[in-house]
This record gives sequence, structure tokens and C-alpha cells, in this order.
Amino acid sequence: MITATPTQHEPKNYINSDYGIKSWLLTQDHKRIAILYLIVVTAFFFLGGLFAVLIRIELATPAGDLVDSNVYNKLFTMHGIIMVFFFLIPSIPAILGNFLIPLMIGAKDLAFPKINLLSWYIYVAGGVFTLYALMRGGVDTGWTFYTPFSTSYSNSYVIATGLGIFINGFSAILTGLNFIVTIHRMRAPGMTWFRLPLFVWAHYATSMIQVLGTPVIAVTLLLLILERGLHIGIFDPALGGDPVLYQHLFWFYSHPAVYIMILPAMGVVSEIISCFCKKAPFGYSFIAFSSIAIAVFGFLVWGHHLFVSSQSVYAGMVFSMLSYLVAIPSAIKVFNWTSTMYKASVEMSTPMLYAIGFIGLFTIGGLTGLFVAALGIDVHVTDTYFVVAHFHYIMVGGAIMGFLGGIHFWWPKITGRMYADTWSKLSAIIIFVGFNLTFFPQFILGYLGMPRRYHVYPPEFQVFNVLSSAGASILGFGYLLPFCYLLYSLKFGPKAPANPWGAVGLEWQTSSPPISENFEVTPVVTQDAYQYSTREEVKVG
Amino acid sequence: MASHAVTDLRHHFENHDQQKDASTLGMWIFLVTEIMFFGGLFLAYIAYRTAYPDAFGAASNTLNIPLGAVNTAVLICSSLTMAMAVHSAAIGKNKLLITFLIATLVLGGVFLGVKAYEYHDKFVEHHVPGPNFDFKSEDAKHPVDPHNASLYFALYFAMTGLHASHMIIGAVIIVVLIRMAAKNRFTPEWHTPIELFGLYWHFVDIVWIFLFPLLYLIDPKNK
Amino acid sequence: MDSKSITFFPEQASSIAGTVDNLYLFLVLISAFFSLLIAGLIIYFAVKYRRRSDADMPVPAHGGLLLEITWSVIPLGISMVIFAWGASIFFTESRPPADSMEIWVTGKQWMWKVQHMEGQREINELHIPVGRNIKLTLTSEDVIHDFYVPEFRTKADVVPGRYTTEWFRPTKTGKYHIFCAEYCGTKHSGMVGAVYVMQPADYAMWLTNGGAQGSMSQRGEALFQQLGCVTCHQADGHGRCPTLVGLFGKPVEIQHGQVVNADASYIRESILYPQAKIVAGYEPIMPTFQGQVTEEGVQQLVEYVKSIGPKDTTGAGAPTPSPLTTGSQPGTAQQRATNPTAITVPGKR
Repeated sequence: MITATPTQHEPKNYINSDYGIKSWLLTQDHKRIAILYLIVVTAFFFLGGLFAVLIRIELATPAGDLVDSNVYNKLFTMHGIIMVFFFLIPSIPAILGNFLIPLMIGAKDLAFPKINLLSWYIYVAGGVFTLYALMRGGVDTGWTFYTPFSTSYSNSYVIATGLGIFINGFSAILTGLNFIVTIHRMRAPGMTWFRLPLFVWAHYATSMIQVLGTPVIAVTLLLLILERGLHIGIFDPALGGDPVLYQHLFWFYSHPAVYIMILPAMGVVSEIISCFCKKAPFGYSFIAFSSIAIAVFGFLVWGHHLFVSSQSVYAGMVFSMLSYLVAIPSAIKVFNWTSTMYKASVEMSTPMLYAIGFIGLFTIGGLTGLFVAALGIDVHVTDTYFVVAHFHYIMVGGAIMGFLGGIHFWWPKITGRMYADTWSKLSAIIIFVGFNLTFFPQFILGYLGMPRRYHVYPPEFQVFNVLSSAGASILGFGYLLPFCYLLYSLKFGPKAPANPWGAVGLEWQTSSPPISENFEVTPVVTQDAYQYSTREEVKVG
Repeated sequence: MASHAVTDLRHHFENHDQQKDASTLGMWIFLVTEIMFFGGLFLAYIAYRTAYPDAFGAASNTLNIPLGAVNTAVLICSSLTMAMAVHSAAIGKNKLLITFLIATLVLGGVFLGVKAYEYHDKFVEHHVPGPNFDFKSEDAKHPVDPHNASLYFALYFAMTGLHASHMIIGAVIIVVLIRMAAKNRFTPEWHTPIELFGLYWHFVDIVWIFLFPLLYLIDPKNK
Repeated sequence: MDSKSITFFPEQASSIAGTVDNLYLFLVLISAFFSLLIAGLIIYFAVKYRRRSDADMPVPAHGGLLLEITWSVIPLGISMVIFAWGASIFFTESRPPADSMEIWVTGKQWMWKVQHMEGQREINELHIPVGRNIKLTLTSEDVIHDFYVPEFRTKADVVPGRYTTEWFRPTKTGKYHIFCAEYCGTKHSGMVGAVYVMQPADYAMWLTNGGAQGSMSQRGEALFQQLGCVTCHQADGHGRCPTLVGLFGKPVEIQHGQVVNADASYIRESILYPQAKIVAGYEPIMPTFQGQVTEEGVQQLVEYVKSIGPKDTTGAGAPTPSPLTTGSQPGTAQQRATNPTAITVPGKR
């Protein structure tokens, strides 16, 4: 498309096809937009992480000595909002999904490139609103914005933050819409549904949730803003409204949102395991359909966040039982990934370390989900650190492990450079150890009864809090390492070949980094995904 | 050929069919998100109407049913003119297309005008939730808690307001479409924007078809 | 309780604590088994099938439907056992026994206010006798709170505008934590207190030393006079408003032929939102008492109405099963019970 001759002798690709800040900010290339997302998402990750570090330092002692309660409450609120809405939800879909889905299905771009760019701008605008609220003094409602505290009692910037998340929601909606249409309509000739990589299936399921769920949180936040601004009474018991209705609406989105975070990570893990076992994932169609099943069941279980909120006993039972049904597709995935390694040819590369770490941590996160879905136990542990530990095992142990695994797996494809292998393996191990030390003690704390969102706590909880804070310092250090050596590799890393891992996906058949049009000629797909050569084939050949 | 530039295939599509299919599917998915968006409000409405049926009935009785009915008719007519516009574009009658788009715009404007008049009435009657809210049931024998009536009006304004904002956005898009049509940009082969906008307009119409009975006609004791 | 050694469980100080811990232990075992199984297999495969050379090739695996079904059905079976177990504990937790001793708790930013039937009031403390079923009726003056006692393994949200309940039977004397478990604003972590579980004799002593001026129902009666309720709600039913004698726990016919149960929530609503439900055949003339009576005052009025109610129960707040009704009647059945013949003596006042 751009005819200027490149100054260096590199072959043309999407990075050197054009120069200047405008060529990035006005790009419609899905790969460049993915890079734009990568930059902003990383910034938000470290901002949210900074808040987490401050929280953990504060909690190293039972007294409130680092910050006062007001500041502490704002810290965990902003940590939650930034991590959930501005890091976890866009992380894998908007970066890796954006970059890879067209490559994996043999398309030149997403179906709606302009909308894709618009999504990024909307995301940035939502982020700016939220950061504005943060600069002005932050918000102290918890990322859940429970009414009537958020609507009538909090003295913080609820409306600005709510608007930020509201705006950001449209970015997720448009990305999901773009993915669905792309997967339906843009597949290369021969790329049938059952030849799609599992990464694409996972993103299809994710997009379904984004498209169906996000509008509900949008309208819920709109009502919240109206209630706070105009006191229309919809969530205010003093005016006949029902504060618990807010919780229903909120969790109708926010529970499925957990699957927006974890499903793409599952897709990443399926790709990595297959590649470094050099064989097709065990039970392809079961992994594919379990993604869809998780997306569907995910919409039916929101009430398990309301077991003690005065919801009826029978509603609680129905939601509890449905929650167990979500566990089954998750278990199917774990068993299938593990079986893929059976009689495989396993290479312990960095992405594989992350993928294995993912399986371990997701297994623990999923199994502790069985605890909190059990009504009798949930009454004791809900709103305690047990829940905090549980969802961090899913979101940090699961989603971030998947994200980092994916970044390491496709880094050569995205940047055309290889990173330092020793450093990357070391940091994968540091992150795994630091993570467990941070969050495992929180299970014990929670069962002992330490409530979440506590600024000061009784001294008998200190031992486990100190362990957790120590783990957090290791984890924080671990997250800085990839940032450093990946940046370093951009300039000094060795050039990556088109297919450094010997993988079979379509994205590996084009150059690293890919050309702007992705493929020289539109690929024609003639076989299933993951056709690695195996022993039998050798014998036959 | 003026239309050529517009019908030109965007670089990442293989052919026109694919491009059109993608746009149409995208529009349908967008409408699904719209359903979920309105769905949250409908859920709140159902919850509170179940909780306070009398207050909702009494509050609903203060609405101007004839005006609501007129507006319903106006919107249905505008859907018809929109459908005619799509048809005109498909058979390549550009003048007719412009006429029907203008008719749709005018009908949409009439709807919004009537709606504004109704809102004005509500302001005058102090039926807008807030500090000046004041409500007394018309049926003195069966008074209702004004708080609950306030909830009804909060939902009334939220739902019709959201609907009206969709109408306003739609009106802006029609103006753009009329300008495009005036420049002969649409052909029988390529008039996707008209078709997609038709879907949107019909959707907004259907939302009103639900809103009208739910908000205006709910009180069984209504005479 | 005072031991400084590291523990993994809070003390078991209520009748359900043991059952919750048993299910928890069962789940810990299940989780340990599956975590170790998966971790063990992954490590074993990773070592055994590690790539030794680039020419190394895997043996293809043929996905087996039978295998997939097996590892779907076994977890399903296990999780249904967990579900049933957890649900049965929850069912017990959500149904206060009929003989429960009642205590009213009001949450506000950032304190707990407790009223005992006998009239004692305390803040951020709760004194109760060991071995009795205790039922708390909870409400909030502002935002949502949550009354949590880890040693009792139970909690309940405290929601403004409605009554929620929580019950437990303490089995061990001692001092335990009260935590607010639902985030409620700046001093959320300061909204803590202590439960003192005492021997019944000590509790009786504590009650007499409290210097309470009259029981809750007596105070409620005083409020009933003071607010002028009595001028319309006359005992003989000749006032302009329905009599409240014998009302509590009975079905009431309101406008349009609907029937509601006159429980604590209904009484509260009628005081604060009198237009919400008008008793059939009466004019809607009652003014609201919002702002004139506190949540605690409303609780006293509820107790007063209860005290002049039908004398067929031991005085539980929500209608309790009449001892004379036969058959099983949880929930709605007893709410509609109109059994006028009960003769049980009310609990000690």
C-alpha cells in the first residue's frame, strides 16, 4: 500500500511499511492496532500493579500505618477497576486476538478495520475519564459500586469513573462484534469451523459474552449515574427502590466478565501446549465446545454472588447448582490439556512454562470455585480473603499467566525478534513462585475469617498477611523482568525466523513480522488444524 | 461512474458479497447488543411493576394515551416509508429513495415533537422524579405511595429517553443518507447503508411497540 | 482463643461450625487429590516425553469419547454431592428454629447497635447465652453492611429498607469477633465488635445489671402513645384505623383483595410507607413516620405489636410454626396459618 522504499534492507512488513506517529494513530491495520493496545494495556497493568503493591505494603502490619482508611479504600477500588476493566478484559482479546485472529483464519484484516481503530480510541477515552477521576481524588466504592453506598454515601468521583467504564464498555462491545463477524465471514477458503484453531474458538465464545453482557453493565452504570446525579430512586430503599436489584444487574455482566478474562487465556494455552508437544490437542472438539458451554452457562450463575444478600433460599440453591455445571467444561479442558502431553514430544520452552503454570494455577482456582459455590461454605467465606484468593488464582494465575505465555509465544511473530531464553524462563519461575506465595496464604486467611477490603485487621491475621506481602514483592519483581528483557529484545534481540517454534498454524506461514496484507496470497486450507507429523506418518511415509 | 468509488471493494475483502454479508451480520449483532441494553431497563421495569402494581397503574394513568397511540401510528408509518426507501434503492429509483427518506425523517420528527410535548406536560405536572416531584393518584379512593410512582416515572423517562436518543441518532443518520442519495451514491448493486439503516430504524420502532403498552396501557382498571 | 500458635481454622463455637468445617475438609481433600493428580501427570509427562532431539516425534493420541465422558461425569457426580451437602447446610442456616431467642441488630456507618427483648441495648457488643438458639433480625440505617462471626461460620447482609435474619446456636463460651463483611465506606474495617457467649446464669446476671428501662415492647408501647398512634389504632377496633390487637403474624386483606402476612417487615413498611398497603375497607389517612422514628424505634413498635398479637407463639419475629399445626409446614404454609386456638405461654419477658 505504501510505496516509499524502506531505508534499511529489511523486507517490508507491517512495522516498517510506514513511519511517523500519524501512521500509527490513524492505522487501520489490525496488527498495528494490537500494538497500540499493547502499549496502553501495559501502562494500565503497571498502574494497577502499583496500587496492588501499596495495598500489600499497608497490609504487612495490622495497623493502618502507611495510608489512612480513605486512601486505602481508594487504592483497592482503583486497583480493581483498572485491572478488571482496563487490563484483564482488553488484554488478550484486544492485543493477541486482534493481532492473530485474521492471521489464523487467513484473512487480510478484521471485518471492520475502522471500527477496530475506533474501539481503541473509545478504550483510551474511557481510560482518560477514569484517570481523570483518579487524579481528582479517586473513587472509594470498590470496583463493584454497590448501592446505596455508591449512589448516596460515597464522597468520591463515582460519576466520572462510572462514565469511564461505561465508555470503555463500547470498546469491548465493538471488539466482540468485529471478532464475531470476522470469524463468520472472513475465513480463508477451506477454513471450516472445525479447522479453526482453538484460540479462535475461545475468542468466539469470549466475543459472545462481550456482545451480550457488556450492554447490561452499560445500562446498569447509566442507571447508577442517574441515581447518583438525580436521585431517581431506582436503587435507593428510602425511595422505594431495591439496592439488591443493582447487584443482580451488576453480576449479570460481571460474572460472565470473568469468562471474558479466562476464555482467551484458555485459547492461548491450547495453542502453546499443542505446539510444544508437537501434536494436536487431545479432544479438539471437546475443548472447542467447552468454550461455548462456559460462555452460555456463565450467564446463568450470577446469583452465586448474592447467597448472603437476602436473595431467596431457593434462588440460592438454583444458582449454586448451575455454578457446578460451569465447573464441568473447565474440568474437561484441564483433562484434555494434560492428556495432550501423553506420549508427546515435550519441549520446555518459556511459553510452555507459562502454559503449565496456567494449568496448575487454574486448577487450584477452579477447585476453590467448588468451595465458594457450595452454599454452606460460601456463607462463611464470601466477602473474605478466601474469595480474594480464589479470583486472583483465576484472574492473575489464569488470565495473566495465559497473557504472558501468549506474549512470549507470539513475540517473535509480532516483533520479529527473539528474547533471551534464560531470562524468560527464570522470570516465569519467579512469577509462579511469587504468585503462590502471595495468594495461597489468603485462602487460609479467608477461612480464618479475615474480611476483604479491611484496612486494619486483628493482629492474629498478621502472619499470613506478611507471607502474602512477601510473595507480592517477589511477584512484582517477576513482572518487571519480562518488561525489561522484552523491551531489550526489540533492539538487540536476534531476528526471528518466520516459524521459530516449528508450529503449524497459518500465522506461522507468513513472515515475522507479517506484511501489512498478512499473506502474499490468500492461503487455501486443505487440512485440519494442528497437523504435526507423528511417528505413524513417518512409518507410512 | 460516481458510484464506483463507493462500491469499491475494501482491500481486505475478497468480493462484494463477502463485504455485504459482513456488514449485515455486523448490524444484526449490533442490534442484539441493543436488545441487551434495553433489556436491563425492561428487567428493572418488570421488577418494580411486580412490586408496586398499584402505583405503576396509577402513574401510568396520567400519561396521555391518545398522544401515545398517535405516536405509535406515526412510528409504524415511518417504518413503512423506510421499507419503501430500501425498496426504492434496490430498484434504483433515486428520487423515490430521497422522497421516502425525507418522509421517514419527517415522521421521526413528528414523533420526537409529540414526545417533547408529552415531556413538557410531565414537567408541568411535577411528574419528573427529583426534588419537585409531586404525585397524587387521580383515584382518591386508592392513593399510592408517591415514591413508587416516582420509580415509575424514573423508568418512564429512562426508557423513553433512551428510545428518543436512538431516534435522534437515527434522524442524524437519515440526513447523512439523504445527502449521499442526493449525490447519487446508491445503486441497485450497492445500497448497503440504506439497508442497514432500515434494520436499525425498524428495531427502534419495535422497541416503541413494546414501550407503548408497557408504559401507557398497563392499568387494568383504566377506564 | 488466646493461643498465639498458627491455626488454619477459626474456633468452632456454634452448632453448625463443625458441619461447615467437615464439608470444607472434604473439599480440601478433593482439591488436593485433583491438584496433585494434574500436577503429577504434567510433571511425569514433561519428563518422560521430553524432546530428546529435533527428530523426536510424538505418537498421535486418538481422542476417546469414553474417556471424555468419564472425566465429565465423574466431576459432575462429585460436584453434585458437594452441591447437595452445601445446600443442606445452607437450608439449616436459613431457617431459624421456632424457639429462637430474638435480638435486633441495626447497622450504621460504622457501628452495630443491638437491642435485646428485655430492653438492654449495646453497641458493638453482643452478649448471648451459650446453648440457646439465637435469631438476629438485622437492618441498616444507611448502606449495606454484613454481620459476620467467623467462629459461628455464618454471616448475613444487613440491607437498608428490609429485615434480614441470621441465626446460630453458640456452643462454647468466650469472646468472638464481629466483622462487617460488606464494604460500607471509610471505616469499614473499624466496624467490628465482639460477641460474648456466656453461661446462662451469667447472662441472666448481665441482663439484670444492664439498667434497661423497660422491655422493647414496653418502650414500643410508650412510643405508640407518644407518636399518637393510639388515637386511631384503638384497641377495640372503633378507631379510624384497624386495630392492631391480635394482628401480628396473621394474614391481612388489603386493597384489591390481596392478602399479605402481618410480619415484622409489613409492620415496618406500614409505619414508614403507610400508603404502600392499605387495609381493605379503610381510608388512606395515615401519615408517614419517616424521620420521626428511628429504625430502633420501629423495632420497638414491632415488638409492641407482637406483644399484643395472638398469643400462640413463643414470640419469633417472622411467623413461626404453631405447635398445634400438624404436618410439615415450612415457609408459606405457616404464613397463612390462621390457627386461633394456640395456647402456648409466651417466652419469658
